[in-house]
Amino acid sequence: MSARVEMRGLRVSFPSPRGPVEVVRGVSLDLGAEKLGIVGESGSGKSLTARAILKLLPAAAHIRAERLRFDDIDVLTAGERQMRAIRGRRAGLILQDPKYALNPVMTAGAQIAEAWRAHHRGRRRQAMEAAVELLAQVRIRDPARVAGLYPHELSGGMGQRVMIAMMLAPDPELLIADEPTSALDATVQAEILRLIDDLVSRRGMGLILISHDLPLVSHFCDRVMVMYAGRVVEELRAADLAAARHPYTRGLLDCMPSLLHPKPRLPVLARDAAWNE
Amino acid sequence: MTEPMIEVEDLRVRFGTSEVVKGVSFAVPRGASFGMVGESGSGKSTILRALAGLNPNWSGRLRLAGMALGPRRDRAFFRRCQMVFQDPYGSLHPRQTIDRQLSEPLLIHGIDGIDARILRALAEVGLPDVVRFRYPHQLSGGQRQRVAIARALIAGPEVLLLDEPTSALDVSVQAEVLNLLADLQQSRGLTYVMVTHNLAVVSHLCETVGVMQGGEMVERLSAADLRAGRTRHPHTAELRALSTELEEAPA
Ligand SMILES: Nc1ncnc2c1ncn2[C@@H]1O[C@H](COP(=O)(O)OP(=O)(O)O)[C@@H](O)[C@H]1O
Ligand SMILES: Nc1ncnc2c1ncn2[C@@H]1O[C@H](COP(=O)(O)OP(=O)(O)O)[C@@H](O)[C@H]1O
Ligand SMILES: [Mg+2]
Ligand SMILES: [Mg+2]
Repeated sequence: MSARVEMRGLRVSFPSPRGPVEVVRGVSLDLGAEKLGIVGESGSGKSLTARAILKLLPAAAHIRAERLRFDDIDVLTAGERQMRAIRGRRAGLILQDPKYALNPVMTAGAQIAEAWRAHHRGRRRQAMEAAVELLAQVRIRDPARVAGLYPHELSGGMGQRVMIAMMLAPDPELLIADEPTSALDATVQAEILRLIDDLVSRRGMGLILISHDLPLVSHFCDRVMVMYAGRVVEELRAADLAAARHPYTRGLLDCMPSLLHPKPRLPVLARDAAWNE
Repeated sequence: MTEPMIEVEDLRVRFGTSEVVKGVSFAVPRGASFGMVGESGSGKSTILRALAGLNPNWSGRLRLAGMALGPRRDRAFFRRCQMVFQDPYGSLHPRQTIDRQLSEPLLIHGIDGIDARILRALAEVGLPDVVRFRYPHQLSGGQRQRVAIARALIAGPEVLLLDEPTSALDVSVQAEVLNLLADLQQSRGLTYVMVTHNLAVVSHLCETVGVMQGGEMVERLSAADLRAGRTRHPHTAELRALSTELEEAPA
């Protein structure tokens, strides 16, 4: 099951002494039960775009759009209560650093159980059983033991798995993963992404995967949106990445060192003012 | 034959009762680059910190240009050997201007001509003069890493120890920093020891690579062999497979 996300002409701005500064400038996207990647350099507006769907923006942010819907809910006019029914229930957000998402004084199991109870009716005991089952699903080896650990007792990779289990607990329809593995090393990163990929496919959920690593995103998504300075400069099927046409997308691909195709010197990105238009 | 710039022999480091570096040996010729890859927790940074004199609790033999290094280092050592960290935000003082942070190593080593040296250092890492009187938070991540490199270089060291110097940067900025490191090595004949978890990055900058697993250097091989898949240890092959899988993904 997946909810349709419809976004038309999203604009996000922040006040500044010289007037409002627009940092997301007319972004549109449509999403069903598929995996969408958003790539671009830091500051290009990836996080704000995705978080706008959950209305999880900084207090100072001003948001406008021609249309912004999560399934049957008009996000633009929805109240805080309606949004809370989406966040953490129908849509989950996985962040780079589990430190900020996990409650430091609650065990992993208790947090997952609480998330589970947000959507399922069930007793505490049943919720705890579901939590252990979810920990097993995110491939934690000794789930019953880990359920009793506090966040500070978890390694980076384990903390990330716990956060994923917590986000999956209420059977969400959409998962937003914002740089979920940037803080992890290559082996753990690959495992976590495969895990997200597998769970999303199996449950027929929608996924938005945000990263600055273009090849990585293409590997795990069906479609990729490339953002530059608050706008989408190119959108392509992940399989067509090699055929990307926009000079910015090409630039991002070319400037990466490669293990298989050595480059004597790395091409640097020559930015073109026209990309801002 | 001239002696290696850096020699590490049977290096062991323990924290409490656990040994996290278990007898590692390697040598780096003058002007060469040696890279260390491996999963987090495998001991890469710990080796670098022992070399840099940031952790005195090690055993084994460390030599810089043939001279044995003790657990504590004198000023002359830091003049020759400097370290650059992953997070330039963490390694720069948040409430000091760039000018002050670049002057400090010069004052410590009693080097004069401070003004000219700061301007030259900024130019060398591709930063405009105006950066000089800014604070770290007023710079971008890439600019901060350039400042950290400028500061490491300002007293004219021969060796740079680089711990994930580009891991926190966008790929576009990573390219600029890697080019900068290559240029500096050319122009100054620097010797590098670089830690990273990115095999493409390490084989771009380093001729020789050491693969760490659980505190041991399980394989040393040339970047060319790593690229070509001529690996001997299964862990090297595993790390290589992860990296090539992504590179080949969309094709
Ligand atoms: N609270 C805020 N106040 C002012 N500007 C902000 C705030 N949050 C984000 N921005 C700006 O919005 C832009 C886009 O931010 P973001 O969506 O987080 O980028 P990304 O996720 O692509 O790195 C950035 O340039 C950032 O500086
Ligand atoms: N100051 C310290 N005290 C205790 N243990 C440490 C300390 N620094 C590192 N370790 C441990 O040593 C091992 C190697 O760490 P590190 O060298 O940082 O790995 P890497 O750089 O390869 O990720 C890890 O298990 C880490 O937890
Ligand atoms: Mg972001
Ligand atoms: Mg490290």
